[in-house]
Amino acid sequence: MAMAIRFTLLLLLFLSSAIVSFSLYEDQVGLMDWHQRYIGKVKHAVFHTQKTGRKRVIVSTEENVVASLDLRHGEIFWRHVLGTNDAIDGVDIALGKYVITLSSEGSALRAWNLPDGQMVWETSLHGAQHSKSLLSVPTNLKVDKAYPILVFGGGYLHAVSAIDGEVLWKKDFTAEGFEVQRVLQPPGSSIIYVLGFVNSSEAVVYQIDSKSGEVVAQKNMAFPAGFSGEISSVSSDKVVVLDSTRSILVTIGFLDGDISFQKTSISDLVEDSGKAEILSPLLSNMLAVKVNKRTIFVRVGGEGKLEVVDSLSDETAMSDSLPVADDQVAFASVHHEGSKIHLMVKLVDDLDTVLLRESIQMDQHRGRVHKVFINNYIRTDRSNGFRALIVMEDHSLLLLQQGAIVWSREEGLASVTDVTTAELPVEKDGVSVAKVEHTLFDWLKGHMLKLKGTLLLASPEDVAAIQEMRMKSSGRNKLTRDHNGFRKLFIALTRAGKLFALHTGDGRIVWSMLLNSPSKSETCERPSGISLYQWQVPHHHAMDENPSVLVVGRCGSDSSAPGVLSFVDVYTGKEISSSDMGHSVVQVMPLPFTDSTEQRLHLIADTNGHVHLYPKTSEALSIFQHEFQNVYWYTVEADEGIIRGHAMKSSCSSETADEYCFTTRELWTVVFPSESEKVISTLTRKPNEVVHTQAKVNTDQDLLYKYVSRNLLFVATVSPKGAGEIGSATPEESTLVVYLIDTITGRILHRLSHQGCQGPVHAVFSENWVVYHYFNLRAHKYEVTVVEIYDQSRAENKNVWKLVLGKHNLTAPISSYSRPEVFTKSQSYFFAQSVKTIAVTSTAKGITSKQLLIGTIGDQILALDKRFVDPRRTLNPSQAEKEEGIIPLTDSLPIIPQSYITHSLKVEGLRGIVTAPAKLESTTHVFAYGVDLFYTRLAPSKTYDSLTDDFSYALLLITIVALVAAIYITWVLSEKKELSEKWR
Amino acid sequence: MTPIIRSSPVLAFLVLQICLIFTLPCSSGSEDSYKITGRVRIPPSRGIVIGHTAKFSNVKVILNGGQNLTFLRPDGYFTFHKVPAGTHLIEVSAMGYLFSPVRVDVSARHRGKVQATLTETRRSLTELVLEPLREEQYYEVREPFSILSIVKSPMGLMVGFMVVVVFLMPKLMENIDPEEMKQAQEEMRRQGVPSLSSLLPSVGASR
Repeated sequence: MAMAIRFTLLLLLFLSSAIVSFSLYEDQVGLMDWHQRYIGKVKHAVFHTQKTGRKRVIVSTEENVVASLDLRHGEIFWRHVLGTNDAIDGVDIALGKYVITLSSEGSALRAWNLPDGQMVWETSLHGAQHSKSLLSVPTNLKVDKAYPILVFGGGYLHAVSAIDGEVLWKKDFTAEGFEVQRVLQPPGSSIIYVLGFVNSSEAVVYQIDSKSGEVVAQKNMAFPAGFSGEISSVSSDKVVVLDSTRSILVTIGFLDGDISFQKTSISDLVEDSGKAEILSPLLSNMLAVKVNKRTIFVRVGGEGKLEVVDSLSDETAMSDSLPVADDQVAFASVHHEGSKIHLMVKLVDDLDTVLLRESIQMDQHRGRVHKVFINNYIRTDRSNGFRALIVMEDHSLLLLQQGAIVWSREEGLASVTDVTTAELPVEKDGVSVAKVEHTLFDWLKGHMLKLKGTLLLASPEDVAAIQEMRMKSSGRNKLTRDHNGFRKLFIALTRAGKLFALHTGDGRIVWSMLLNSPSKSETCERPSGISLYQWQVPHHHAMDENPSVLVVGRCGSDSSAPGVLSFVDVYTGKEISSSDMGHSVVQVMPLPFTDSTEQRLHLIADTNGHVHLYPKTSEALSIFQHEFQNVYWYTVEADEGIIRGHAMKSSCSSETADEYCFTTRELWTVVFPSESEKVISTLTRKPNEVVHTQAKVNTDQDLLYKYVSRNLLFVATVSPKGAGEIGSATPEESTLVVYLIDTITGRILHRLSHQGCQGPVHAVFSENWVVYHYFNLRAHKYEVTVVEIYDQSRAENKNVWKLVLGKHNLTAPISSYSRPEVFTKSQSYFFAQSVKTIAVTSTAKGITSKQLLIGTIGDQILALDKRFVDPRRTLNPSQAEKEEGIIPLTDSLPIIPQSYITHSLKVEGLRGIVTAPAKLESTTHVFAYGVDLFYTRLAPSKTYDSLTDDFSYALLLITIVALVAAIYITWVLSEKKELSEKWR
Repeated sequence: MTPIIRSSPVLAFLVLQICLIFTLPCSSGSEDSYKITGRVRIPPSRGIVIGHTAKFSNVKVILNGGQNLTFLRPDGYFTFHKVPAGTHLIEVSAMGYLFSPVRVDVSARHRGKVQATLTETRRSLTELVLEPLREEQYYEVREPFSILSIVKSPMGLMVGFMVVVVFLMPKLMENIDPEEMKQAQEEMRRQGVPSLSSLLPSVGASR
């Protein structure tokens, strides 16, 4: 202990000698960090392949991204991430130069310049109610030099000029409850037909003059059976809808404003039919219906007569139809067969004419094809060529052309939900290390180049050569463990239920795996992943076993849906085993115990208040029963404002025969008054965090003992009025209260209230301190508060003699039941930016000082030294305090541009930051995810335990050589002198 | 490599100006829904910013910490629609620049009259001009090559010391009284230190 204290003292002295901040030279970009840009799962795609200019495809995605992609290589030309509640409903190209997006349930219409993505205009459309929204960009409609775009949303139909976004006219349909389904515009006429339903039981067609918005004519016709809402428009004057029983197809013709219904029962079309579903692709004079797990194509005849022309297996994805030469219309369909997918482009009029038939080998881990978009081009021999953009089940985006995958984008990585780290395999004996340094000459040459670089004498070619050499020489991309622990895998679970292993060296995907349901049942073929845990990390025993991760998934979105477990080998990316749990998953708790093969014990709580032990082995059971009395857990019911503590009660063998199932008893509850406090944030320490020392040395050689407990819970509550957004409450109405609660006893150790403050609260909890970010309504600024909690009961151990003589209570057992005597210190500062997430660096031994990693609203990550949020900061620190490294108190925290670890990059849509220690104590891995991914390696106190990459070995060598030469020369000289002297 | 001019805050202050011009509430719609229109002006950068040119297309304007998000039109204007009366916060996110958040009071009594204050400097924007805080430089600037930096480095110091020893020490030796020198040499010989260092005085004594 004393040794440790001394060491810390030394270290503190050492670290405080310089203000450390993360900083990077521009030529160091990409040495330790990588950045990957994504867009998310594509919802809509519009091709723009004019003969002149670059070929591109405009896409909108589920991550609210609108982007322009290069059709040749799949790179992003430009991209915009809209706000989180600004989901894109439609995207199209107008006037051949603007990309039009409709978002926020049809209330925000924006136009972006096609080449560079600059927003040209933005129009807010009035909406009064929630409704489906619709964007229609007529190609040949022109009204007084304005090209109107027709938008329906919120009960209003708007015509907006494509040139400047001006609203030309609007029509209020809110009174009738009219929902527009289709806007059709017969060519060569200024009248537009607007078809919609009223209360799903009446079809109405309005004829509207596109110049003025006047209703020219209106026809309605009741359909008592009701519509299901699914609709497919087959031609300019006909649509087909399903009735509410999903068994009758109704063809609605509205030629010249007259409505006619024609009902066709699905059972007339296919035998033994169940519920039908109209598929979304728009085909001309035809529609696709899914019945009995088969897709049938129904042709609509001239008089609304329906006939089945083809039927395909269920696993078929189809594109919208596309006009090709000579008034022909084609569409693409993709289906699976074994490990191949078959792409077919057929003519709509004649399904036997296959324009294109291609088979492409497809990775099994991409799942099924979800969406197809096709585009045609004229080949050199004047025939039609087709390219198809397909969206797979794992959200990846691929371009198929001429029977091959031209490019692919792993868009699943835009929706990472959970991240964990894993080690790489140890380098085996006999496997020779890749030859990095070839000869001494090359090595010297390389270092001379480096030297030139550091002295700023290098030419641009030299700089490029240096970069390339650095990339190669570091060996950072090897697939083996390294001595410093710099090479690791980040295992990321995505929303699509796919696991990716990313290499820290360059961010490449080492392996990927789509989760499968073990039962392959009807309802749950692909479980959605919830969370990711380290299952087996062999480092003492069971070294021949590969490490593995546990993926907890769920069949369906409901929290009571049965869960599935999957165990995945980290080295190979293969699923070791998977199982149905047979119960729901509410909470997964990794226990601090491992069995003889280093499998970690996990408890999984279900909705019935039972907990289940995994792995289900007798060994695990015996370990668990030994610790039965020491297992506690808590639940947070944020809506009710209750936090409950639980302990194990008994085996639930009385109810079920499952011996791995246990009942629990409630130990304590903390109830927050619902009229004044609403829980908005809870947080605990990371369970695997390492604390190096419990002691903290004051300036006056006093010792403070950190209250380091794994069972502390940080809770933030806010007045119900202040729970909304900023601007919704006045300072008098909102109070923020934070608590530190012991989760074993339910004892509130500390309570701090901030008058006139509100959330959102972003917090980070490490060692004995919590830092949280919230909004101060009085000052109308963001604030950051630090709370440090210290143990008073050990304060009498300050006497060194007691330590030396062993008369201290440091070895006395610590129990959460003993009444803790704690005291806290806290301090608040202003912070000039909104925050999305906060994390803290973590190192192997916890010796290195910490940095806060603040994900700002601008999607950058700021590294802020913990010393800036130290409650011991005072306005005028004494000399001793200054020596210790205490910074004079300022009212706001500094934002130093050089300490942005993302430097000039952005992690668009930032959602989370994960840190993991490297083996080298000074260094920590940082991985940030959002729509983009970003990784870097940080040394919060600089790399004090290793030479930096840019250490100039050449200079060292030259110096040594020069010294040796000088010594030799002087020696020779002196010899000569001595000789001549002797002769004299 | 193009030379990098480090921008002083004063320069940034001059170069960068944002105007927030507030307009009256939207004429139509419900009573408590207003709009805030403002303007961000970033003059063409003068080759100061490395790597990223401040383009309007990359600038986002954020209301209330992410509740609403909008982009700039080519003329630099932006608008938030459907903003209720109350006190709001507007932030501008532009790579390479640091903007102060702006407190915006939308008055319900005066039909959505807007009042703005910079929260960092607490300056009220009566002239509707928001002053920028600074331009941001994300990279450290390498010091240009200089002999001094070489000399200052540990290796440089070693070499420098060598030079001093080799060329200046003999000169120093000249000034020492030959008698004393002889004495010292005698002592040396008696001790019999056969190291390289023993050669140095002999060099000096050779004259």
